[in-house]
Amino acid sequence: MSSSNWIADFLSRLNDADIIIVPTLCDTAIKLRYGHDCEGDFSRPISKQPTIQSATKVAPTSATILSNSLNLMAVTFLSENNKAMLWQIESHAWQRFAELAMQHKLRWAAGWAEQVENRFLINTCFEKQGEYVLLRTIIDDVNPELPSQATVYPAANRSERHTQDMFGIKFAGHPDNRRWTRHQAWIETNYPLRKDFPVQGTPVGITPPDMHYPFIKSHGAGVYEIPVGPVHAGIIEPGHFRFQAVGELILNLEERLGYVHKGIEKIAEGRTPESLARLAGRVSGDTTVGHCWAACMAMEQAAGVIIPPRAALIRGILAERERIANHMGDIGAICNDVAFVFAQMQFTRLRELWLRTNATVFGHRLLMDKIVPGGVACDLSEATCILIKKDIAELRTELAEVILALDLNSSLEDRLYTAGFLSEETAAAFGTLGYVGRASGQDKDVRRDAPYAPYDQVTVKVALENQGDIASRLWVRYKEIRTALRLIDDFIDRLVAGELRAEWQTPLAGSEGLGIVEGWRGEILSHIRFDADNKIARFYPRDPSQLNWPALEKLVLNNIVPDFPVCNKSLNGSYSGNDL
Amino acid sequence: MLRLFKKILTTGVVTEPFAAHGNEAELEQLGIEIKSHIDKQFSGSIAIRQVDAGSCNGCELEIHALNNPFYDIERFGIHFVASPRHADVLLVTGPVSRHMQTALLRTYEATPNPKWVVAAGDCAACGGEFGVSYASCGAVSNVIPVDVVIPGCPPTPLALMKGLLGLINAKK
Repeated sequence: MSSSNWIADFLSRLNDADIIIVPTLCDTAIKLRYGHDCEGDFSRPISKQPTIQSATKVAPTSATILSNSLNLMAVTFLSENNKAMLWQIESHAWQRFAELAMQHKLRWAAGWAEQVENRFLINTCFEKQGEYVLLRTIIDDVNPELPSQATVYPAANRSERHTQDMFGIKFAGHPDNRRWTRHQAWIETNYPLRKDFPVQGTPVGITPPDMHYPFIKSHGAGVYEIPVGPVHAGIIEPGHFRFQAVGELILNLEERLGYVHKGIEKIAEGRTPESLARLAGRVSGDTTVGHCWAACMAMEQAAGVIIPPRAALIRGILAERERIANHMGDIGAICNDVAFVFAQMQFTRLRELWLRTNATVFGHRLLMDKIVPGGVACDLSEATCILIKKDIAELRTELAEVILALDLNSSLEDRLYTAGFLSEETAAAFGTLGYVGRASGQDKDVRRDAPYAPYDQVTVKVALENQGDIASRLWVRYKEIRTALRLIDDFIDRLVAGELRAEWQTPLAGSEGLGIVEGWRGEILSHIRFDADNKIARFYPRDPSQLNWPALEKLVLNNIVPDFPVCNKSLNGSYSGNDL
Repeated sequence: MLRLFKKILTTGVVTEPFAAHGNEAELEQLGIEIKSHIDKQFSGSIAIRQVDAGSCNGCELEIHALNNPFYDIERFGIHFVASPRHADVLLVTGPVSRHMQTALLRTYEATPNPKWVVAAGDCAACGGEFGVSYASCGAVSNVIPVDVVIPGCPPTPLALMKGLLGLINAKK
């Protein structure tokens, strides 16, 4: 990936617009350090810092340092391709920055807040060409308010509403000021992620349903509404969908999520790294490897721990196995939703065989808790490597047979082609990730664009389609299975003897890290800040579903209501990963 | 189409007798036992409504697996239904999130008597990793009466089958 031409250009544009990237944060009692005590120059990519290599050897120097190095991926993996920058600006420039970022075609990737003493840190992560900018501003906790970025980036919409509900931070000019994560479990003037809010809250009796959420209404002859959920007809997670339809045609869909909000961000506070890793592995059960990896990566950066090469390769194998298991399950389920049961039976059979190998080799069918801070909690022997390789060869043969039967089936063609169309423009506007984005021309994959170990050793071929329909999403997934099989093969060949887990080092109070990995649904972003004594102060995981869910509202338009299940399955957002 | 039929024929029947799952003596009889109880007490079929009351979706993946050709739980007369009004059993997963509390209560009320509740997974059993908080009621039994608990994170398909047999035995 060619490097940072756009950064210099973008910085000069910021300069022209009088947006100043604050060089030091001393006046806020928060100092940032990169490796050694080289404060300042936030505009420089971290991996260009000459002292990064010694990051792990740096001893704590001052108790007043609240924020240690923002050790982004480059620090852990020391790869030239990994560049991440922390830019701090004044809060009044928040929206203006977003406008310039939009003009420069930066992708809005995530937004979250943290409370540090009596101030709020507001963070937004942007990406372009595999380079990440972590934008930050700091505001007082008295009437906290800053301009909205959702006016510029639709992708920021729900994230800002989440921050509003959880912190009570107002985003001025936000196009939709309705609550999002909050239903009725706490009152409007309480903010669960503020430090003075007790983790137990103040629940009174039975939490009432969120009866009066102001859904968008439509009127007119023949327009009717279909409320669906939160309890759905299948074995799936809860959420509410409000359709407006004319006859069978969907005019509008509004999602109302938040039903499985379990307070993950709040109950993360005060945990140890091990305990946080377990929790991260349950942000979304189907992505246990992905979330656990992202969270561990963030913690390892904060602590300056570098994982052993063998652990990195095993993490890669685990992540690709998770990708394959989920893609197989979903391809079967998509076909089942259009009554092509043959595929469902074949793919659930193949998935089951795959999961059984997981159980035999790694001791858990879904691979939970196999990634731990500093490395992995499982190993591969020569015999299990042979078993995995044999499995891969068999799966390749079987897939080739089954996929031909799918490809040549006219009833599948009839149902899946052109259905659930998501245009490239819409996908780009919402920052759609993973196979949903890649089926609509969004050529993004962290494994290739900002490679982390072990992907920095291999070439990842990224599947891309631009038809944007359900069939596209299905084919992207099939291609991703093939790529993942090759990667597992490759990682096994590259396995080196050595440690499985690096020794943990207690990070400085205030240290933070940002883990970015490509989960099976797409880019996962995990931010962690440590308190004193090895305890977690803040954990924010951004599941790709948070950016993909809004795309569902768009891609179902003008489809018929009975095709909603297959449209939904082709996207397959995680409710739990969204609601946190 | 020929490819499709060829694949079906060459795949054959992969559905396993329970004896295939290792050496636990009780498992040999598990499927047969479930079937005979269901035949006697439910005229041959038991209808399950699965309710995710706040899970991470890990349990759902394994409950799904019960329907794959290896376990094929329907052969024992156990099937999943789309409405609580059709159900004999509620299979509840997750800690009950406070936002799902009323929905779970209403689902329970909508299920006709006699009804049984199975709490599947560690979260449903005791709150698991999430416990009780401002956002979570914890165990399912904190919200509705529970007849049987199936631990595991998530419980394997086999553990789920054993748990269902446990329910039937407990209710004999």
